[in-house]
Amino acid sequence: MITLTSDPIDVTAALEKLQSSQAGAIDIFLGVVRDNTQQRAVDRLEYEAYDRMAISEMQKIADEAQQRWPILNCIIIHRKGILQIGETAVLIGVATAHRADAFEACRFIIDTIKQTVPIWKKEVFTDGEQWVNAHP
Amino acid sequence: MNSSVSVLLFGITRDLTGQSSVSVSLLEEARVGDLLTQLHRQYPQLAAIRSLLVAVNGEYAETDQILTPNDEVALIPPVSGG
Repeated sequence: MITLTSDPIDVTAALEKLQSSQAGAIDIFLGVVRDNTQQRAVDRLEYEAYDRMAISEMQKIADEAQQRWPILNCIIIHRKGILQIGETAVLIGVATAHRADAFEACRFIIDTIKQTVPIWKKEVFTDGEQWVNAHP
Repeated sequence: MNSSVSVLLFGITRDLTGQSSVSVSLLEEARVGDLLTQLHRQYPQLAAIRSLLVAVNGEYAETDQILTPNDEVALIPPVSGG
């Protein structure tokens, strides 16, 4: 299940969707907005996406994970819009029979999202702002 | 025969140009690389960005891909999801 949403991420609902009688392991990764980056105080993050492509690229990552690991259920939810400190920006959930597969698949999915999915975040500081990764 | 293609802009590319989409004139059979050259000519401020990729119809495109007038083209600055 792949979702790009402007609404807060419901972790409990995601966990319910992941559950399966065959799953001995469920990994949920949350990417959360923190209050600082490189010693600068962050006020908020602003996320935007090229929606159609963000969804199709996330689907590709989920498909590749399904091929590489024996995944029972997989969920990717990514937020858009303005996020305050402490809010969840992304949730990755993987259910597998055994824990090693869940850990590996979960890590693969979040790491690859950061490399290929057309979603952009702007860090807004108390004294300025910048698009992450954009500058040399 | 000239045609123009509309290019969607996101993130820093939108901030630098002040627009969410721009129109670029291209010769027939123009490739993605020609589009990038033209965009850099029209908007020199794009040089401030670490790297720029192009998506055509929602898929990353190589620089030698030929563009057609109905393509949905987007400029993809360095991504930072997660």
